[in-house]
Amino acid sequence: MTGTLLSINGLTKAYPGVVANDNVSFEIGEGEVHALLGENGAGKSTLVKMIYGLVKPDRGTMQLRGDAYAPAEPSAARAAGVAMVFQHFSLFEALNVAENVALGMENPPGMRDLAARIREVSEMYGLPLDPDRIVGDLSAGERQRVEIIRCLLQDPKLLIMDEPTSVLTPQEVDILFETLRKLSAEGTAILYISHKLEEIRTLCDNATILRLGQVVGDCVPRDTTARDMAEMMVGSSLLVPERAGGTVGPVLLKINDLSVASPSAFGTSLKNISLEVRAGEILGLGGVAGNGQDELLAALSGEIPTAPGAVELDGKPIGGLGPVARRRLGLLTAPEERLGHAAAPDMSLIENALLTGSVREGLENRGFLKWGKAKSFAEAIIERFDVRTPGPDNAARSLSGGNLQKFVIGREVMQRPEVLVVNQPTWGVDAAAAAAIRQALLDLAAGGAAVVVISQDLDELMEISDHFGALNEGRLSDIRLAKDLSVDEIGLMMGGAHGMEVAHV
Amino acid sequence: MLKLEKRPQPSQFWTYLTPLLAVALTMIAGGVLFAFLGKDPIVAIRTIFWDPLFSEFAFYYRPQLLVKGAPLVLIAIGLSLGFRAGIWNIGAEGQYIIGAITGAGVGLAFYPMEAWYIFPLMVIAGALGGWAWSMIPALLKVKFGTNEILVSLMLVYVAEQLLASMSLGLLKNPEGFGFPGSRNLNDYASANSWIHQNAGMHWGVVAAFIAVIFAYVLLNRHMLGFQIRLTGEAPRAARFAGVNPNRLILICLGTSGALAGLAGLFEVAGPSGQISIDFNAGYGFTAIIVAFLGRLNPIGILLAGALMALTYIGGDIAQSKLGLPAAAIQLFQGMLLFFLLAVDMLTNFRIRLGQKEVA
Repeated sequence: MTGTLLSINGLTKAYPGVVANDNVSFEIGEGEVHALLGENGAGKSTLVKMIYGLVKPDRGTMQLRGDAYAPAEPSAARAAGVAMVFQHFSLFEALNVAENVALGMENPPGMRDLAARIREVSEMYGLPLDPDRIVGDLSAGERQRVEIIRCLLQDPKLLIMDEPTSVLTPQEVDILFETLRKLSAEGTAILYISHKLEEIRTLCDNATILRLGQVVGDCVPRDTTARDMAEMMVGSSLLVPERAGGTVGPVLLKINDLSVASPSAFGTSLKNISLEVRAGEILGLGGVAGNGQDELLAALSGEIPTAPGAVELDGKPIGGLGPVARRRLGLLTAPEERLGHAAAPDMSLIENALLTGSVREGLENRGFLKWGKAKSFAEAIIERFDVRTPGPDNAARSLSGGNLQKFVIGREVMQRPEVLVVNQPTWGVDAAAAAAIRQALLDLAAGGAAVVVISQDLDELMEISDHFGALNEGRLSDIRLAKDLSVDEIGLMMGGAHGMEVAHV
Repeated sequence: MLKLEKRPQPSQFWTYLTPLLAVALTMIAGGVLFAFLGKDPIVAIRTIFWDPLFSEFAFYYRPQLLVKGAPLVLIAIGLSLGFRAGIWNIGAEGQYIIGAITGAGVGLAFYPMEAWYIFPLMVIAGALGGWAWSMIPALLKVKFGTNEILVSLMLVYVAEQLLASMSLGLLKNPEGFGFPGSRNLNDYASANSWIHQNAGMHWGVVAAFIAVIFAYVLLNRHMLGFQIRLTGEAPRAARFAGVNPNRLILICLGTSGALAGLAGLFEVAGPSGQISIDFNAGYGFTAIIVAFLGRLNPIGILLAGALMALTYIGGDIAQSKLGLPAAAIQLFQGMLLFFLLAVDMLTNFRIRLGQKEVA
């Protein structure tokens, strides 16, 4: 490290009702890999948006290599040498890689030159990518490479990466880290945003920790334990979920050779999936996003009808039943997408409690709604799952992601399911709330329910699952006892090899 | 520089205020329009909004409010259910025509017999006619995924041709000296929807009030209403909740068709009296404005229907007294919807004065 690349002094940004960043200061050196750590809502996104010119700070200044730096818009930031890879990709699925890269550039060269440059950069940094492939056919890891290469072509001095590993297999993570180390060695600084502590410990030189918009500490991750960092992030000691260890009972949920086509053109069809979950057991299903998770959940919730015998609940074929009938029998689900799928954004929490609770909680009588009872149900969820909201009359979209997630999971858990299937139960939820959700799932299993947890967070799955399986391109791996598995084995189960071979050039 | 900022939740305050603001803006822009046409804007606006209610001849205009308002409210209530769920029936005008034809057809089939059951049968036939006409776009959408906006709209023109054919053929008055048009149902006591003609009261007014109450209860207290709202707000969440989208399409299009058919029947058996080539006066299209002006809320639609009826009557007065062209009045009504949609974003966004950004 030769000197300071970017220094941030007293940046403050307030939104109505919340101070997202309060007097934040830190420095990033040339070629340094700097971690920005914090729970959801700690202000990480706002901070990097200010650095990338998407948001203007209310107060405070930045200096890039000693010169005043105040980008009015992202193109100014890019011109100054700051590039960013977003957590959610902005790619057009119907276009090929080179076309997508060209769309993100100010002055794209000709397609032929660009394709050659993409090959060159992708080989130089060990990120295999064929410029002629259609983005819709790429895995999440490959799509991320498109974004990264788009940034690298502009030769950045600072590369901002927002939770880049959330969509990757362990093997893909290794490839990414190699690339990032190489970049850092060549003098490109990296601002790395994450809440995965082990990753930060292996990759980053320095870390700045944010809590509630303020810098609460910094550390050298290699010399700090994950637990210490977590406690700085959360501001209190962490509650680790405990297993009560219930007895395993009869098979409650059974899937027999289930194959369904995905309703969306770029979705993944399910192919010959079979599994069994017993009472008192938690089955964890890993896999990189987009490998059939949404489709499996929809086939279990009843949104996608299947052959009657393909799904059995307690020995009864239920594949032909719709969501309401399945709920009545005790099969409850919680999809990944909170706003718009698990909950209606503009409706109140009372109405959202009614959304899945009407049958099992008796919230309707011959079609007429019992608003009083729905309200008490919503209040009970808010109370038990510590949902932070002024009251049940508030719209779902006014809640933060983590709070809404607690509400959505709580809504299903409170209905005493026989079988509960959840997809990404703690995605975007802060550490304390995630622990509470996991504990609720464990308690549910200890109480005799069968639980299926679909997640991309392997640590989470290892923590709570009895059995583990992985989805890869719509197929399910063998299901194995979770406690015997090593990380390498898990990676292979997830189809770890995929994306590792050099792209077909 | 003006900046829009999304509110965390829709503002209650603006939800109620925007319709009033839209009316005020329409008056201003309409006034400017009338001024360009060489009329005194104040007089023109007063003629449209004030004279029907409080002028010397108001005793004549006030009953007209019920006559004009009832079909608008009846149709708009039906449309609002579908609109809430994102199901767009634009063809209420056609369903209105078919309801009038089938309803009047049943009545005329009994002519000249007098019996208490003739009018109820006509009501049923009218509702069924409108329902059947709306089932065409509904079934095509459910079976083949066609666009209900286009199909229902196109069927309006089919219905108009059917109306012309009926007026000139099957339903033509045999004693009408060859003029197009059916017998006048106002002269046929058993097939007449008037309750008190001088007060403007006919069964359509009663039906409109019943529809408002029915829709209010449905949307606020019933599972079906909840499903309708849920489907409109978040279609994926609705499917997750177990709503069958096809069933909802059939119900919403069917209900709006049946109510539009009823409106047509009450009109032909009352204020209009006969099936004629120019029987339809655009209620089915104006009801779309009424539905949105009333924020797709039953009570709001009742008020919006009254307001719209007022501009119809006031517009007529302005045409005859001030010589304003009919197109100017229609433009004026269109402006109302335009401004409503424009100020609508205030419920979900707030406007901030931001400092000038340096690029």
